[in-house]
Amino acid sequence: MPAISSTSHRRMAIRQNNVTRRVSTMTITFHLNGEEVTLPDAEPTVTLLDWLREERHLTGTKEGCNEGDCGACTVMVTDPNGSKSLNSCILFLPQLNGKSVRTVEGVASETGELHPVQQEMITHHGSQCGFCTPGFVMSMVTAHKNGATDHDDQLAGNLCRCTGYAPIIRAAEAVEEQPVPVWIKKEGTELPALADAGEFSPRSSDELAKVYADNPDAVLVAGATDVGLWVTKGMRQLDPVIFLEGCADLKQVKVTGTHVRLGAMVDMNAMRDVLEPLHPSYGEMIRRYASMPVRNAATVGGNIANGSPIGDNPPALIALGATLHLRKGDSRRDIALEDFFVEYGKQDRQAGEFVEAVSFPRQDDTLRVYKISKRFDQDISAVLGAFNVTVDNGTVASARIAFGGMAGTPHRATHVENALIGQPWSEETIANAMTEFGKDYTPLTDMRASADYRLQSASNLLARYFAEMNGETTSVLEVAL
Amino acid sequence: MNDLSNNGPVAKPLPHDAALLHVTGKARYIDDIPMPVDCLHLAFGTSPIAKGRIQSMDLSEVKASKGVVAVLVADDLPFTNDVSPSIHDEPLLSDGTVNHVGQPVFLVVATSHNLARAAAKKGKIDYIEETPILSMDEAMAANSRFEDGPRIYTKGDPASAIDAAPRSVEGTFEIGGQEHFYLEGQAALALPQEGGDMLVSSSTQHPTEIQHKVAEAIGLPMHAVRVETRRMGGGFGGKESQGNALAVSCAIAARQTGKPCKMRYDRDDDMIITGKRHEFRITYRAGFDNDGQLLGVEFHHMTRCGWAQDLSLPVADRAMLHADNAYAIPAIRIESHRLKTNTQSATAYRGFGGPQGMVGIERVMDHIAHDLGLDPVELRKRNYYDAPNNRVRADNTTPYGMEVTDFELHGMTDKLLETSDYAARKAEIAEWNKGQTRLKRGIAFSPVKFGISFTLTHLNQAGALVHVYQDGSVHLNHGGTEMGQGLFQKVAQVAASRFGVGMDVIKITATDTAKVPNTSATAASSGSDLNGMAVKAACDTIRDRMAEFLAERHQCDAKAVKFEDGQVIIGDDVMTFEDAASQCYQGRISLSATGFYKTPKVKWDRIKGQGRPFLYFSYGAAITEVVVDQLTGENRILRTDILHDAGASLNPDLDIGQVEGAYVQGSGWLTTEELVWDDKGSLRTHAPSTYKIPACSDRPDVFNVDLWDGRNPEDTIYRSKAVGEPPFNLGISTFLALSDAVSAFGDAYPALDAPATAEQVYTTIRRVRDGA
Repeated sequence: MPAISSTSHRRMAIRQNNVTRRVSTMTITFHLNGEEVTLPDAEPTVTLLDWLREERHLTGTKEGCNEGDCGACTVMVTDPNGSKSLNSCILFLPQLNGKSVRTVEGVASETGELHPVQQEMITHHGSQCGFCTPGFVMSMVTAHKNGATDHDDQLAGNLCRCTGYAPIIRAAEAVEEQPVPVWIKKEGTELPALADAGEFSPRSSDELAKVYADNPDAVLVAGATDVGLWVTKGMRQLDPVIFLEGCADLKQVKVTGTHVRLGAMVDMNAMRDVLEPLHPSYGEMIRRYASMPVRNAATVGGNIANGSPIGDNPPALIALGATLHLRKGDSRRDIALEDFFVEYGKQDRQAGEFVEAVSFPRQDDTLRVYKISKRFDQDISAVLGAFNVTVDNGTVASARIAFGGMAGTPHRATHVENALIGQPWSEETIANAMTEFGKDYTPLTDMRASADYRLQSASNLLARYFAEMNGETTSVLEVAL
Repeated sequence: MNDLSNNGPVAKPLPHDAALLHVTGKARYIDDIPMPVDCLHLAFGTSPIAKGRIQSMDLSEVKASKGVVAVLVADDLPFTNDVSPSIHDEPLLSDGTVNHVGQPVFLVVATSHNLARAAAKKGKIDYIEETPILSMDEAMAANSRFEDGPRIYTKGDPASAIDAAPRSVEGTFEIGGQEHFYLEGQAALALPQEGGDMLVSSSTQHPTEIQHKVAEAIGLPMHAVRVETRRMGGGFGGKESQGNALAVSCAIAARQTGKPCKMRYDRDDDMIITGKRHEFRITYRAGFDNDGQLLGVEFHHMTRCGWAQDLSLPVADRAMLHADNAYAIPAIRIESHRLKTNTQSATAYRGFGGPQGMVGIERVMDHIAHDLGLDPVELRKRNYYDAPNNRVRADNTTPYGMEVTDFELHGMTDKLLETSDYAARKAEIAEWNKGQTRLKRGIAFSPVKFGISFTLTHLNQAGALVHVYQDGSVHLNHGGTEMGQGLFQKVAQVAASRFGVGMDVIKITATDTAKVPNTSATAASSGSDLNGMAVKAACDTIRDRMAEFLAERHQCDAKAVKFEDGQVIIGDDVMTFEDAASQCYQGRISLSATGFYKTPKVKWDRIKGQGRPFLYFSYGAAITEVVVDQLTGENRILRTDILHDAGASLNPDLDIGQVEGAYVQGSGWLTTEELVWDDKGSLRTHAPSTYKIPACSDRPDVFNVDLWDGRNPEDTIYRSKAVGEPPFNLGISTFLALSDAVSAFGDAYPALDAPATAEQVYTTIRRVRDGA
């Protein structure tokens, strides 16, 4: 390890339970329910949930799954960009530096006046066993503060096993017209000064490039929606860890006349805002990508860099012809996104090299993204198909089709594409091309789907694409009474 | 028709008693109890294989792991090594053999939850692997089962009836299990007391059983162990027996270390270790006439019970007892095989086998309606048991010989058909489907008749303890446990009504084996029936003593003393309840009483399959509409209408909450909730990332739930009916609606299996469309 010079970041000996170990700690400052908290020696992979419950004895925030899938641990985190719901079970303390956290204990006024969300949850019988309730309350308080009324989407990350959700939605609807209480409205208006957390919390991509080049074995943490599970489920000791949260330039979005460029740290909800007007189908896919608190943390860079064969962004971005922008130290290179994924578990990324951004060309919208999963919301795809076919004078001019869940990496359907290009845009062409899927993919059977289903539904999605481009209703989500 | 208007808080739609605590995060669950000083934390090291013997164990790395205080194996246990609720076949820690992936092998005691978990992963154990029995087919082939052979209940001669019938159908139907997914995982905390006594806090539906198993495990009489349960973060049957292992572990570790010990399962451990709903395969043959009248039915039930018996026998019995559902079947035979496999030991889950039995006959009805081209609702109505006021059938008894005297479904069905606009919508759907190639809608009705009482007759008892203090405040305790169902509030409403006081007078207290002994599990939907009556008895005892004393003092008839609106009316005199309590105290009147209740009339022989296992039936009816996609099998619920019978409800809002939640949970069971084991017997769906319970948007777009304006003809507490389990079965309508939608793709009967995941629906559509 290189010498560490920062005053606030140091490697210190921690003596705990008669065992001495060395970990990198960080100094961080944040607000907790209105009170400033400074942790001079925060361990980087202690989760907010464990800290709240074990150190602060704030037990209102619950652990339901410890992996960000149930929402019992939801808290509201406010930074200069606004308030978000986040899963505290996969949120590391250093990610909170300079922010404000509110838990269920801090939602009523100091004099005990209930927040309207709390009152309506009581009135409408929104709690039964009550264990998921604090998480629902925090998601609802955050949505209410933000003026959001798309309740199903706001609450997709909160599981309730008792109520069947109906009374919770009634409560959420009853709150819509009520004003945001002053004590919630002012949340985040005065944020704490950002503590200097040291070089392992870089403030820019330049700083990141330097520290990562010096520490190529470090684990990069963006939103921690994946790395969080390495700790909470894998019980891994990660050290050192570099937090990207402070790299403001990595959160930039640039939309020019020719390209859209998304910094690696653009979170999925921010990305949805960018994509929805340009490619509504992509926006709709992101609506179903994980859940609100996960999308508030998860980043496009993380979704690409972790190399998962079931990440939802890579196939869609590949279909858009995306370019990946990689950086190592001061050297940069651009590659086609599909070339990044070499094989399962292996990406074209050198030690110390990181994803700086991804970009794709502006184009007419012929993109459709189809996500197949057991449950519509907050589920990992069994199959994710992205289709982008252009037709010129009745003939297929270009085709970019990519899938997730069908191979060890996100992967283009080149045989299918070739069976389309130059052919008339017709049912016959589609039928022919559908037979080509088996040449492109040999999917696996797992707990999400069988190989047969994956292959058949994938090829059927081409038929759906054709029907949808002809203006037909194609999804059960479009059917309403 | 509800005559409870003068009964004080009873029948009022009050919120859950802990609602304010829930929404402010102040409701305490086991893991929220302020941590005692030096509390230790426990985790199990578990078997990675499904069947084998332990050859050698090297736990040195576990012991050396940070924070570890002790590591226990079976030989270290001081007394019995058993956490079974039934036949002592479930060791706490492996006795040298392992019988499923996830079976606890050793116990880590450490200074923190995470250090215990980390250490538990470090065991080095060599196993001599044996071939596991995983599937029901393998178990049948190996005759691996509980009980000597199948249980068989028979009425009439169904084989001859079917053979002679004008028409018949037959088929086989797979029904998956279900993970409880209570949001609060299993948890327990043990505090060692003086003289070796033990105080245990447990997230359990059955404190008395926890007490019993802990006492056995630490070699003490039950009087030395006190178990307290304030609330659970959900139970659904999953905390009827599955909490034993944690509570016993905590008590043993607390006894050994002298320190408080806490154990909670991480979610993945919880799903890998604990039992789930029983998976079934039902094969059927049914004969009927051209009008759809059932003449005979044969059912063959296979159920995967897992490695230990647990509660599998009564679960499988209850499946048989619901094989008729709402239908008077002249001749029927039900053969039930309880198969022993090297998987988690399947356990109680809301409905307790009833839903599996019921979905079996509903599948048969669906098949017959398809075969005859008859409206499925009409078919069902033709086969309903008779209504009490319109007896037509010579024989209106169940397959187990119980006369059905309270059948409500004729009226309920007609009302629901009307309020849901069923006929018009069915026609509109058929029209819509004609214009679609890839998307089809479906609609279906399903009725519920669910038997209320524990089939193990002696469990139908309950106790209560009520104190009235001299200031007029009331301390309420009973043997029931609160898991979200609102039992505590409903029973408190009963207590307040008996004393004629407001709800603020009643203090609801945690279930406590030292206050009320020998309780049954809060299960079988019996909570308010049993505990409500026991509390009523206790309250009435005190009230009668008060009335007698006050009447004597005021020179009037004790029967004329009334308790209303916070006041006691004694002849011409009126005083507050508080003053009355004070006077009684000063008059040396005992203001504390126990109450006891045992369900009358029930008598049941589970071997013969004859008798009256239930005091009464709860009824319900649902109509669900869905849409499916041929290309992917994706599907969703568009609208659901429910009419449910809670008798004269003790609290209509809480009951509607039970119905809404149960329906969604029941629909989840039959749609997205798929348990997948690999070919080594390892559960691959052991977290919410892979096991998908319904999310918010999975509830019906339009969701109309109403209670039937009824009254229990049996003398239950204020003529109410049990409501916990029965509405779970309403989810069957979702499954039948999917079957209806799939049938629009071709002529063949869909024969859909459960759970009807998108993949299952897709595969079935292909079969229907291709006629294969």
